Amino acid sequence: MIDLKTLTITKAHEDLVAKKYTCMDLAQAYLDEIKKTDGEVHAYLEVFDDVTQQAEAAQKRLEGGETNNLLLGIPLGLKDNLLVKGRKVSAASKILENYVATYDGTAIAKLKEKGVVFLGRLNCDEFAMGASTENSAYGVTKNPHDTTRVSGGSSGGSAAAVAAFEALATLGSDTGGSIRQPSAFCGTVGFKPTYGRVSRHGLIAMSSSLDQIGPITRTVEDSKIIYDAMKGSDIFDSTTLSNDFKADVKAKKKIGISSSMVEQGGIDPEIKKNFYESVERVKKAGYEVVEVSLPNISYSLPVYYVICPAEVSSNMARFDGVKYGSLSEGANLLEDYMKTRGELLGKEVRRRIMLGTYVLSAGYYDAYYGKATTLREIIKNDFRKVFEEVDAVLMPTSPTPSFKIGEKASDPLQMYLADVFTVTANLIGSPAISIPSGKTEGGLPLAAQFVGAFGADELLLSVADDFEKTF
Amino acid sequence: MISKEDVKKLANLSRISVSDEELESIPGEISAILDYVSQIDKAVSSGAPAVTYPLKNVMREDANAHESGVHTEAILNEAPKREGEYVKVKKILG
Repeated sequence: MIDLKTLTITKAHEDLVAKKYTCMDLAQAYLDEIKKTDGEVHAYLEVFDDVTQQAEAAQKRLEGGETNNLLLGIPLGLKDNLLVKGRKVSAASKILENYVATYDGTAIAKLKEKGVVFLGRLNCDEFAMGASTENSAYGVTKNPHDTTRVSGGSSGGSAAAVAAFEALATLGSDTGGSIRQPSAFCGTVGFKPTYGRVSRHGLIAMSSSLDQIGPITRTVEDSKIIYDAMKGSDIFDSTTLSNDFKADVKAKKKIGISSSMVEQGGIDPEIKKNFYESVERVKKAGYEVVEVSLPNISYSLPVYYVICPAEVSSNMARFDGVKYGSLSEGANLLEDYMKTRGELLGKEVRRRIMLGTYVLSAGYYDAYYGKATTLREIIKNDFRKVFEEVDAVLMPTSPTPSFKIGEKASDPLQMYLADVFTVTANLIGSPAISIPSGKTEGGLPLAAQFVGAFGADELLLSVADDFEKTF
Repeated sequence: MISKEDVKKLANLSRISVSDEELESIPGEISAILDYVSQIDKAVSSGAPAVTYPLKNVMREDANAHESGVHTEAILNEAPKREGEYVKVKKILG
């Protein structure tokens, strides 16, 4: 009997090498747990039919002497927007219900080479647009800590699967917090690397200047293992950083905080209390905590909700019922387009396309998109100065703990406000990580978020590791 | 404030059909979001220099091209309608 509740990638690797169990035993333990739990949680959209064969192939490599490969035989779940050749990938949308990927994404190909065992594809908000998985065309993923509450989003299935012991680790994608916020809601570690560290080739595009693939795990160390396996420049993604790109930073053992950010309205009192507890933990871990000036930080969210829909409206133009995906037929070609996109895309996706079309249209472009891109650069410069003084900025991941299913579903603006602490890292391209930092009185997970300097992923992970050790 | 007529125009530009029922709810939702994001207008003074965006399109050399036709079948299989080696659409010219 494998104790999944205490298992990490490093521990599982040791056990596999020590022959305590086989890769097949490990994969089967997760398949059993999925069978037992997922009816209630609904993290998975599909469990792959070749899990045992993948595990057998990994076991063969292990027995052949490949004992230094930490990821060999490790069971991993995938967000339903990552392309695996020959497998369905739907982006939790009706429009891609029967789409089969024709190639492996770069991150997927790298993990395949490592001998990772892919368990299945995980639920998310449609095309990764949302903060609760309520926008999935295939039903909501419930929070394993309280099934009347959301798992967060958009990578809600990925976080819930790790929290419910239905996968040892998972992959998500993060455009405005979609790895970190569900991690905060479900009590897992969620890491968004620097923009350009992990290739986006084979990730269904939402907002191309913000999207990044990253891991959701039980520990910081496990996140680093998966990140190290996925990172690297890629000919298929011209925005990837060169492999020898290094951030020009030195460890200063200093962490920045912005009290005004935490004291703004709309922050749950338990989140605030926990934030100040995290500040004490950071000090206990040997860091000096200093107040930093981020004068334009309050504009991050409105800037994000101009740039993101603008890029969405452009990226979603490819779904026309002609090249791939499903078609809803009308009387002529124009009606084919209108009906396919009107009937097979969900409400939030359609809303963002229209919003993006509006902010990019002649007469409004300068007032919205032009101003937003200018402000984005101003916010970047503010942070550049801050990272001359500190190793990372500490803030909450989410303004509230997990909310009730249905609570915000009818008010899109309220749902957007859930991203207030996470979007900044995407706008400035920085790495950011969410780490469990306690629980509410009601037993819901709480989280601390560290945002690092552009390209300083390693330093950020070492800060996160130090913080994690205080528990 | 976004009107029903504005939404009809946006929907048409975006190639999205909108039901009568949604024509009632969408104008208010989009107006609320635009109202919220409009605060960026105050943050950047009219005299502030426009920042040139650092990303640009990069074209790679078309080297090591794969053999012609090796991916055709897999890709065409994903098209909703096909005829032989063509993607099929309704006629465009009347």
